Amino acid sequence: MTSVAALRPKVVAASVHAELLGVSKTFPGSGGQGPVTALDGLDISLRKGEFFSVVGPSGCGKSTLLDLLAGLSAPSQGRARFEGQDISGTVPPGIGVVFQEDASFPWLTVSDNIAFTLRRTGTDPAEIQRRVDYAIGFMGLRGFEKAYPAQLSGGMRQRVCIGRTLVMQPRFILMDEPFGALDQQTRLLMGDELLRLWRETGATVFFITHALDEANLLSDRIGVMSARPGRIIDTIETGWPRERDSRLAERGEFGQLTARLWSLLREESRIALGMTK
Amino acid sequence: MRGSVAWIRFAVVAGFVLGLEIACRAGWINARTMIAPSEMALSLAGIMADGEIYASLSMTVLTILGAYAISVTLGTVLGLLIHRYDVLRRATAPILAAWYAIPSFAFYPLFIVLLGFGRPALVALGVKLAIVSMIAATIDGLDKERRVFDKVARIAQLGALARIRLITLPAALPHLMTGLKLAFVYSFIGVVAGEFILSTAGLGYEIAYAYDNYDTTRMYGLILLTCVIAALINSCFRFYERRLPGGGVR
Repeated sequence: MTSVAALRPKVVAASVHAELLGVSKTFPGSGGQGPVTALDGLDISLRKGEFFSVVGPSGCGKSTLLDLLAGLSAPSQGRARFEGQDISGTVPPGIGVVFQEDASFPWLTVSDNIAFTLRRTGTDPAEIQRRVDYAIGFMGLRGFEKAYPAQLSGGMRQRVCIGRTLVMQPRFILMDEPFGALDQQTRLLMGDELLRLWRETGATVFFITHALDEANLLSDRIGVMSARPGRIIDTIETGWPRERDSRLAERGEFGQLTARLWSLLREESRIALGMTK
Repeated sequence: MRGSVAWIRFAVVAGFVLGLEIACRAGWINARTMIAPSEMALSLAGIMADGEIYASLSMTVLTILGAYAISVTLGTVLGLLIHRYDVLRRATAPILAAWYAIPSFAFYPLFIVLLGFGRPALVALGVKLAIVSMIAATIDGLDKERRVFDKVARIAQLGALARIRLITLPAALPHLMTGLKLAFVYSFIGVVAGEFILSTAGLGYEIAYAYDNYDTTRMYGLILLTCVIAALINSCFRFYERRLPGGGVR
């Protein structure tokens, strides 16, 4: 009785890790403003283990998109799915999120910050210690285990937050402009670290950025969003090898791809800024 | 850096005390107006050795603690409610903003009418002065919790109580500490000043009694005692504030 049709959902489930199907998100109006449609009829499908970035003009709903994929908010229309299950406004296990804002807890040391979420899961203390120790080494925070966030630089604090996500061993990591507050050099190096983390964990990564070269450097695929209400207007395969780092930027194709992204985005950015006639 | 700050602070206080000592000893300040700091200290030592003051002192301290406990408990609860319910916030905002513009001591006769001459009227005066600083600090602390912490809490699947215990309270702690400190100062002022104006016992009353009887030496000894108590308690708060995890940065 095993027909091809019966097999199909399993095949799909193996390759598609997370997806939004026909998703719209409308926020109720406030302060005399009418309701705002942030996303409209958006489809996105992430393959298991890929590094997928999203670029788009400011205010196009990138962060809303992340919230929906993470289960932090529910779509007004359409479906959000993770590992074949519908999610709606609850964060399923296996998902880790890193935010643009500093989300480290100022009253906890680096170690305690990294262990925070893991401690809530009832994991064996020895195992917590092992994973935290590994994350501290991996994120280059050795020697700062007992430091408080106020004693760290912005880049180090962000590494603490990434560490907190890393110890949960998530299968799906969502990042909302995590390096947005960092200088260019730190950003490039953090990008290299992120690629290393991605290769080692095999997790699917969804990465929001406004920096086209950053999206280009890090990603297997890049989704380009329209001005609000946001939709994916194009998806670009970069074709970069899995073993890659910031030295990619020296290649000629790198510049061509960044230029292509900009040509796709330029008109949308003009619309977003109200610069069209 | 911290060492030099401490030295400057010490030098300012020591310079002031020394200047006062010289001014009094040289007769630039009338001895009936003010006595030299060394005499104040001797007077205080005499008062403490005599032991008669302890009954008044303990009565005042207990009254302050009563006013403080009520202000902190009620202030925190009200702060939580006002933070939680926007309608309450909008309703109370002008009242809270204007609170300290109202001369609290004007209410003292009313408190006496309502509560009698005893300690309850003094407690009420202390609470009237102190409670709003605790309410304001609680609201402030809760408002300043970063919105991203809410998302972290949801990713960590924290329940409501765990969230308050693990995120809301520690995030608000430095602000609450400010409230705790101010509420104490205000309770202290309210009770001692109330005793000074109209009371038959307590530290404030003892100062007023010495003042009325031209006993300048005893009066300054008692004022010094009041200062010492306030300074000691303030130091305790500072000690704990410095030890807040993360250095009190939020």
